[in-house]
Amino acid sequence: MIYLDLFFGFLKVGCFTFGGAYGAIPLIRDVVMFYGWLSDEMLTYMIAVSESTPGPIMVNLATYIGSNRAGFWGAVVASLAVVLPSFLIILLVTVLLKNAWENKYAQAVLRGLKPCVIGIVLATGIYMVFGNCFGKIFAININLQAIIITVLLVAAMFTYKKVTNKKLSPIMLIIAAAFLGMGIYAI
Amino acid sequence: MKEKETSLSLLFWTFAKMGIMTFGGGYAMLPILQREVVENRHWATEEEIMDYYAIGQCTPGIIAVNTATFIGQKKRGSIGGIVSTLGLVFPSLVIISVLAGLITNFSHLVWVQNAFTGIQVCVCVLIVNAVTKLLKKSVVDKQTALIFVVVLVGGIFVNISPAWFVIIAAAVGIILKNLEVKGR
Repeated sequence: MIYLDLFFGFLKVGCFTFGGAYGAIPLIRDVVMFYGWLSDEMLTYMIAVSESTPGPIMVNLATYIGSNRAGFWGAVVASLAVVLPSFLIILLVTVLLKNAWENKYAQAVLRGLKPCVIGIVLATGIYMVFGNCFGKIFAININLQAIIITVLLVAAMFTYKKVTNKKLSPIMLIIAAAFLGMGIYAI
Repeated sequence: MKEKETSLSLLFWTFAKMGIMTFGGGYAMLPILQREVVENRHWATEEEIMDYYAIGQCTPGIIAVNTATFIGQKKRGSIGGIVSTLGLVFPSLVIISVLAGLITNFSHLVWVQNAFTGIQVCVCVLIVNAVTKLLKKSVVDKQTALIFVVVLVGGIFVNISPAWFVIIAAAVGIILKNLEVKGR
């Protein structure tokens, strides 16, 4: 039964995803191939679509595959299954940590973790900015349009803050970037 | 500390809004979370967001969902966690279901691709900007600065799962604590 397959397939994906969607792609490929849901080519295409539509990548991908295989209810089943493990784990963590939160060892662990998480996120961000503007590291391929957009966005962020003394909303910046992309890449 | 209870529908729509405006994964959600949850709604402090991200990194699952569950749970208990998570997933479900048939034709349009390329550039800029804001609060002394630099350099040049960095950093946190106790 397709709904059960979708549910358990994506439950497995949700259980074994660590640190973001990119790490989960091999596992998703595994599950999708096991059930024979999609060709490898179609999956790659769906990953690209999931990255560029709003929402968490994994949820998008689950919804997309579910809807492709079994219509709207397939989409619902797949996306709830992929979300369920994260949700249950956090409920468990909050119950367990309720008292442990102030524990000095929990604090010690968090003291080590926080700079680590910042490092990981910043590394990802820098890697991606670099990748946009100059191609992947070790394979230089300068992308003038992306450099122009990056510079314009950074400039907009700082001048807005200087002039109005308020922070520019990320949502406004994303909308502006969509129009910049349409304009600059069209030239 | 009795404040007005956050309504479930407010939780739902706030996370639905974040679901719509997040392009990419959990990292891309960080700037939007800062704006909505910390600055606009005051549902959590920046430190708490970092705690959630740290836990999201080392537990299985989707970081955006982990964070939504945490905040919903904090404001309204388990039901709040459920509502926030459903809110976050809701836009994806609607958008993808509606577009599933169309998207194949849609994404071949050049101007659509260009708009998405622009958004991708913007998301990266936003991530870097969000993190530099949090830097001051997490890197408080020489030890934490060292962890930060090692992970940053390792993250850029070494291709291993972030989960390893997280495990090692947690261990270092405990070791440092023990050394401090002994040092006294």
